[in-house]
Amino acid sequence: MSLFDIFNVSGSAMSAQAQRLNVTASNLANADSVTSANGEAYRAKQVVFEATPGNADGTSTGVRVKQVVEDPSPLKQMYDPKNPAADEKGYVSMPNVNVVDEMVNMLSASRSYQNNVETMNAAKTMLLKTLTIGQ
Amino acid sequence: MVSKLDDFLGYNQAALNLRSQRQQVIASNIANADTPNYKAKDFDFGSALQSALKAAGNSAAGTAGQTLATTAAKHFANANLVADNGAGTLSDGTPLQYRIPAQNSVDGNTVDMDAERNQFADNGVRYEAGLTMINSDIKAMMAAIQGGS
Repeated sequence: MSLFDIFNVSGSAMSAQAQRLNVTASNLANADSVTSANGEAYRAKQVVFEATPGNADGTSTGVRVKQVVEDPSPLKQMYDPKNPAADEKGYVSMPNVNVVDEMVNMLSASRSYQNNVETMNAAKTMLLKTLTIGQ
Repeated sequence: MVSKLDDFLGYNQAALNLRSQRQQVIASNIANADTPNYKAKDFDFGSALQSALKAAGNSAAGTAGQTLATTAAKHFANANLVADNGAGTLSDGTPLQYRIPAQNSVDGNTVDMDAERNQFADNGVRYEAGLTMINSDIKAMMAAIQGGS
């Protein structure tokens, strides 16, 4: 039933966008984390979206997070000889999180999420109206 | 008599079916607005309705406006869409087509959110119009059956 598939499609997009928002929150929270799980400074993470193969007739195509990649750009070097994590020249490697990029990502993810909520609501209204045929 | 009722309601039934499928295609486009290399899809509603009516043997086939003479199944007169085998087909065999983007994006995605929202709202209203029409058809039949009592 076609209209019910919209719930799956929009739902997959909402969950993917929520994951993107989650990664952005992580990046912003760790913008000053000098050490992470692997002992080095935290590296910014990004999600990669992928369209999922739809149903047999090709009309419904959801979306999912294919992978989470780390930003390969160089870490920021900050001169702070008193920091215990400083190297012999007195530089500390700071995370390569770009706060402006993260804010843009956050807004984009939240707007896309809202778009999909609207889509789902519209589909729900249409379905409820369909149930009143012949009354 | 029952086949006449079928024929009577068939036009709006085919229209509603296609409208709901189109709504789903557009919802997929909106869901994939941030997916790299995703190409926005759509189909030509008028031609799809004509072929659905023809396939169902409905008496209204061929009455809803003039259609362009074509030499291949993928020739449509919609200037905003381009036919491509990779786009897939609906369950009734209507080919999906790729939307021609007004502006290109760096990640190869062709979803124009303004256009999609516009089409989504438009298609939703037309779906509800179809529901109103089929409801009034049913009311008319009920009046005929009950003799206005």
